[in-house]
Amino acid sequence: MDDFLLRALLGGLGVALAAGPLGAFIVWRRMAYFGDTLAHSGLLGVALGMALQFNPQLGVAATCLLIAIALVLLQRQRVLATDTLLGILAHTSLSLGLVTLAFLETVRIDLTSYLFGDILAISPDDLYWIWGGAGLALAALARLWRPLLAATVHEELAQVEGVPVFTVRLAFMLLIAIVIAVAMKVVGILLITSLLIIPAATARRFARSPESMALLAGGLGCAAVGAGLWASWRWDTPAGPSVVVAAALLFLLGSLLPNRLRRTVWR
Amino acid sequence: MAVNPLPAPCASSPAEPLLTVENVNLAIRGNPILQAIHLQVSAGEIVTLIGPNGAGKSTLVRVVLGLIRPDSGQIRLKPGLRVGYMPQRLAIDDTLPLTVQRFITLGAPAPRERVRAILAEVGAAQVLDSPVQAISGGEFQRMLLARALLREPDLLVLDEPIQGVDLTGQYELYDLISHLRRQRGCGILMVSHELHLVMATTDQVLCLNRHVCCSGHPDQVASHPAYLELFGLDGARRLAIYHHHHNHRHDLHGAVVVEEEPHG
Repeated sequence: MDDFLLRALLGGLGVALAAGPLGAFIVWRRMAYFGDTLAHSGLLGVALGMALQFNPQLGVAATCLLIAIALVLLQRQRVLATDTLLGILAHTSLSLGLVTLAFLETVRIDLTSYLFGDILAISPDDLYWIWGGAGLALAALARLWRPLLAATVHEELAQVEGVPVFTVRLAFMLLIAIVIAVAMKVVGILLITSLLIIPAATARRFARSPESMALLAGGLGCAAVGAGLWASWRWDTPAGPSVVVAAALLFLLGSLLPNRLRRTVWR
Repeated sequence: MAVNPLPAPCASSPAEPLLTVENVNLAIRGNPILQAIHLQVSAGEIVTLIGPNGAGKSTLVRVVLGLIRPDSGQIRLKPGLRVGYMPQRLAIDDTLPLTVQRFITLGAPAPRERVRAILAEVGAAQVLDSPVQAISGGEFQRMLLARALLREPDLLVLDEPIQGVDLTGQYELYDLISHLRRQRGCGILMVSHELHLVMATTDQVLCLNRHVCCSGHPDQVASHPAYLELFGLDGARRLAIYHHHHNHRHDLHGAVVVEEEPHG
C-alpha cells in the first residue's frame, strides 16, 4: 500500500473512532444542526489561524468553541428560535471565513480541500494531530459519560441529582469542537456532520444500550472510511465524499435488514 | 401554615419541617410569577399545589429544588435532606436505546436486585428490562417514581405525577403515592391541576395563582370562595361528582382489586 494511502486510512480511522460515540450524543440530543453550524465556522478558524499565524487546527477548535458560547448566550434572549440562530451563525461564520481568506493576499489556499476534505494529503504531522485530538476527545467522553448521559435524558432531573449540567454541556461542546478540528482534513467542514450523524443513526437499529450504540457507531464509521477509501482508489472518486457515500450505503443496508436479524445482531 | 395536618404514622418529630418556603417572590422579565409564597412540608405529610395553567406551580417546584433562584425570600431544607424528584413531561428520544433498569440507575448506580425491588414497590416490576419507549404511560410514571425512590428520599417532589395516565390509572397512582407516604414516612410535595383527584390523598392543599389564593385541608379549600372563583362552579360541581367512595379499584391490567383499607 502506498504511504499516502496508509496515512489516509489511519487518519480516517482516528476521526471515525471519535466521531461515532460523540455523534451518538449529537443524535440523542437532536443537535445535528448545531454540529453543522460549528463545522461551518471552522473555515473562519482556518482563516484566523493563518492571519494570526498559529496552527489552523487550534484556530478551528477555538472558533468552534467561541461560536458555541455565542449560541448559548444568544439563546438567553427568547425572541428568535434556536434553529434561526444556528442558521445565522452558520452562514455568517462561513462567509466571514471566506472574506477573511480573501484579505490574506500572501496566502493561497485550496478552498475545496477545506470544504470537502483532503484525506489523501494527510501528512505524518496531521496524523499526530488527529490521533492526539481524537484520543483526547474519547478519553474525555469516557470520563464524562455518566453525567452527560443523565443530562441528555433530562437536564433538570440530572441537576437535582447532583450533575453539574452547565459544566457538562460546556465540556461536551468543547469535545465537538475538537473533533471538528481534527475531522476537517478528512471530510472537510461541509461534510463533517455526516461522519458524526450517519454511523450513529445506522447503529441505532442494532443497539440495545447507549454504550453499544456508541461503540457500534465508531465501528461503522471505520468501515465507511475503509470502504470509501477503497472506492476512491478503485474508481478515482474524491475521497472525502466517497467515505460519506459509503456511510450512507451502510445506513441504507442497515435499514433494509429484516427485524428478526436486527434484534439479535448486537446487544 | 400547617392548618390541619393529619397525624402521620411514620412521621419523625413533627417539630422541624422538611421544607420551609418563606415569602418567596419571583418575576421573569418584569412579569410576577410567584408572589409572597409561604409553604411548609413536614415528614409524612402530603402537600398538593393546585392551580390553573400558568399559575406558577412548576416554577415554584423548580424554586424549591434550587433550579431557579427566587428574587427574594427563603427556601430552607432540613439539614441532610435527601430529595427525590419526579419531573413533568419527560420525553426520551427514540434514538436512545435505554432500558427501564438503566434509566432508573442513571442518577446513581444500583444493583439490579435493588432496582427490581423498588420497581416492585411501585407495581411495575414487569418492565425492568423493557425499552423506555415501549412502556405505557402509567408504567412510565411508575418508573420515574422508582428513580426518585432509589435515592431513599426524605422528601418527594412530584410535578404532575399522573400525566399521560388514564383516569383509572390516575387513582391507582394517587393510591400508590398515599401508600408510599405511609410506608416510608417521607414528606411529599406534589403538583396537580385538579383538586378532585387528590382529595382523598392529600393533607394540605395550596391553591396557587401566582400567589396563594387559599390553603388548608382539601375539604376547606373545595368550599373556599377563592377556589370557587378560580375554578368556577363547574369545577366545584365536578368535585361533588368525583368525591365519592370506591369499594374497589383496578390494577394496571384492569383487574378488580379488593380495597384493604377503604378511603374517601
